[in-house]
Amino acid sequence: MTDTVSTTITTSPAAPIRPTLSRDDIIMRLSMGAIAIFLIFAIILPLYTMLSKSFENKAGDFIGLQNFAEYFSTPALFLSIFNSLEISIIATFIVLITAFIYGYALTRSCIPLKRFFRLVSLVPLLTPSLLGGISLVYWFGNQGVAKGLLMGEKIYGPIGITIGSSYWVFPHVLMIVITALSITDARLYEAAESLRTSKLKTFFTVTLPGCKYGLISAGFVAFTLIFTDFGVPKVIGGNYNMLATDIYKQVIGQQNFQMGAVVSVVLLIPAIIAFTVDRIVQRKQVALLSARAVPYTPKSDMMRDTVLFLFCLIVAIIILGMVGMAQYAALVKFWPYNLTLTLDNYNFDVMDGGGWDAYYNSIRMGLYTAFFGTIVIFFGAYLVEKGRGFGAGRTALHMIAIIPLAVPGMVLGLAYIFFFNNPANPFNFIYGTMAILVLASVTHFYTVSHLTAVTALKQMDPEFESVSQSLKTPFYKTFSRVTVPVCMPAIFDVSIYLFMNAMTTVSAVVFIYASDTTLASIAVLNMDDAGDIAPAAAMALMIAYTCLAARGIHAVITWQLHKKTQAWRAR
Amino acid sequence: MSQQETFLKIQNLFKKFGDFTALQDVSLEVYEGEFVCFLGPSGCGKTTLLRAIAGLDIQTSGHIEQDGRDISALPPSERDFGIVFQSYALFPNLTILKNVSYGLENVKMPKAAIDARVTELLELVGLNDQGIKYPAQLSGGQQQRVALARAMAMSPGLLLLDEPLSALDARVRVHLRHEIKDLQRTLGVTTIMVTHDQEEALTMADRIVVMNDGVIEQIGTPEEIYSNPASAFVADFIGTMNFIPGKVSGTGSVLVGGASLNCKTDGFKEGDSVVVAIRPEDVNAQDMNEGDENIIELDVKYLEFLGSFYRADLGGDVLSGHELYADFSVNLVRRKNIEIGSKLPVRFPAQFIQLYSES
Repeated sequence: MTDTVSTTITTSPAAPIRPTLSRDDIIMRLSMGAIAIFLIFAIILPLYTMLSKSFENKAGDFIGLQNFAEYFSTPALFLSIFNSLEISIIATFIVLITAFIYGYALTRSCIPLKRFFRLVSLVPLLTPSLLGGISLVYWFGNQGVAKGLLMGEKIYGPIGITIGSSYWVFPHVLMIVITALSITDARLYEAAESLRTSKLKTFFTVTLPGCKYGLISAGFVAFTLIFTDFGVPKVIGGNYNMLATDIYKQVIGQQNFQMGAVVSVVLLIPAIIAFTVDRIVQRKQVALLSARAVPYTPKSDMMRDTVLFLFCLIVAIIILGMVGMAQYAALVKFWPYNLTLTLDNYNFDVMDGGGWDAYYNSIRMGLYTAFFGTIVIFFGAYLVEKGRGFGAGRTALHMIAIIPLAVPGMVLGLAYIFFFNNPANPFNFIYGTMAILVLASVTHFYTVSHLTAVTALKQMDPEFESVSQSLKTPFYKTFSRVTVPVCMPAIFDVSIYLFMNAMTTVSAVVFIYASDTTLASIAVLNMDDAGDIAPAAAMALMIAYTCLAARGIHAVITWQLHKKTQAWRAR
Repeated sequence: MSQQETFLKIQNLFKKFGDFTALQDVSLEVYEGEFVCFLGPSGCGKTTLLRAIAGLDIQTSGHIEQDGRDISALPPSERDFGIVFQSYALFPNLTILKNVSYGLENVKMPKAAIDARVTELLELVGLNDQGIKYPAQLSGGQQQRVALARAMAMSPGLLLLDEPLSALDARVRVHLRHEIKDLQRTLGVTTIMVTHDQEEALTMADRIVVMNDGVIEQIGTPEEIYSNPASAFVADFIGTMNFIPGKVSGTGSVLVGGASLNCKTDGFKEGDSVVVAIRPEDVNAQDMNEGDENIIELDVKYLEFLGSFYRADLGGDVLSGHELYADFSVNLVRRKNIEIGSKLPVRFPAQFIQLYSES
């Protein structure tokens, strides 16, 4: 390469130039290839295997749509579709309206205790969705304290699933609603006021249209989460069949993997539709934003603020009541007959479900997921966003990275059984180990982490890479010396997100844990199944406290980091 | 400037993005030690050309030779240049010292040599006491100078500047112009600067390359470009130019409205429709003698006070509705008592009139 001192240009001027690749280019392309292979093995191939299983019989022969025909001719199975749709739609509306009023109070009113309300709203994120169901059992179950409120109706079934789902989806929806309500232009309100528009009319002509797309998006997110959730119906669903519990019954109960795959496909389709519509809607939301918007500051209004405050208070009390009841029940000797306090229910080792080992496994799994997941996801996002060459390949990588958001955890888990349990698969050895749990968790939560990383990377000057090329510095050096330190806050955000979700997920891991890799969230499920509801609540809360502690550590680290890097972040 | 040694030779460069042609058959030579500006409106291909020279976005076809070496297909890391971007692209988490030494640390230079080089560079840009600060703690102009020091750290044969002054406010910009130019002269480094600011190009460049729509419109010294624009585009883009439609009425004369003007008509024949161009400062309102050619009496339609001079809006029946600008000194306006509505004989010196074909 050094002796290219040829001055004679022999090729014709129109001949296209084929750029010479530097060592750096080659390393970068190899890295992209590695990430691509990872994503293909973690997402594409398992999903493909699962899809093909739905067209096969038990012996593995292709039988076309026969499985689907069987599915749709079995009312016990396909009626679940309507159950799932009905519950999801009702719960979506409940949670959307509640979250909208709550979010409106937090962003557009002058109520006191806003910080408190905001923190309380995040509580459901700390536990597996199972906890909502468990708590409802204590409140409204056969021996529930407030059973009378149901006026003879049973909590086990649609009512319980609707309430439990609304509870755990609330923070997810609220976050989107708050974002949508925060991006408004105060000048619109000033204009409305100067035109003497009534407050009600302003609400319908300015406020609602302004956050329309956010609300639609929140609705789709809520729908997808509820539609694909397994935890709530499992605990509180009774004999009421939902798609997600059907998969579980087919796979775990009847070992009918093919039918499990069919139900998975049925579950996947609405999730993908909702996901696609949501992405289209979100794109419109961006176009609505103007860079010169003036932030809105609410003025106090006694009447409105009082009403909203009371509303928030009730919602907060319900949320705290759910967790509080679970905690109380976990500390009680024998509900409801002997209410003396005890730590007996924390003696997990004497119950079915994996004992304290399951808890420690969960922490290990959470840490591995956070550690390896953050590395893979951030590096992958870097290559997608800042890589050179393979333009179409990078776009494809980005699209693959978006897919997991549309894939329900159970579907992913089932796909992993099909794919990794095959002895012919070179990665068969990870089946039944901690590694497959970590892989499933990383994959299941890939999209949000990837998008967080991409957003952070987009904010960096695109010329950093050009400058380091001109200074003959390899990309990985600039990546480690500049990109990673500058993106550290986002990297920590991704890792805490992965940790908390890995700690609380049930659906992604329920099919692939082994007896020596059982997890805390699985223990909650199994103890509840075995009738040990109080220990299940206790374990669910152990998860919550662990997540809380992790959040605390995250806050301290972020604060320290902020202090240390203030010198160069200062503007 | 007698060193006419070719340092950079660009031949028949094409750059296509899908169907869009960003560079079309661009050929150009840059001499050793020269300061060249690529000037043009946004989207004209000047930055594309710069990035092709740097190897950051390699051309679709065509060849580039630097210092006798064919670099057409080489990645940036195997070329020999330093670059400064409009955003400076200083690494925010590294101190000024670390920013400047960033490239040096990678070539296995002894620590002491690096330190000496960094000190020398910071001294060169007058920031030797700022080394331990972070970029965010410096002003825009200082950051610009750090970027310059970093680009020069590895003593490149070619310095590329991509709109280096655009992000700064006007006062700092004028100051830095001189500084960059001085630095370039001291170091003698061949420099290419991309800018859309004609004033910047006129004051800094040894030669200017005016670009539009992916092609080179004209290459020349600032004086040549200003006084002999090769096309209507160049005439319009650089400085202010009056354009009035006219018709060639014979060899050496052109008809504008009802008035006949004498001027060079090279390349045109009688009856050709042309655009007649003259700069406002070349329209003369004094030192006229009886019998001088190209004198027309026009009405002063409007007078705009611009501080050091007046810009007059001249028109009249003789121009059949067309208007043109003329710049008059404050002194002249006062002396001749020029005001809105007054009639004024003005002269259009033949050597300052340019003709362009109607497009």
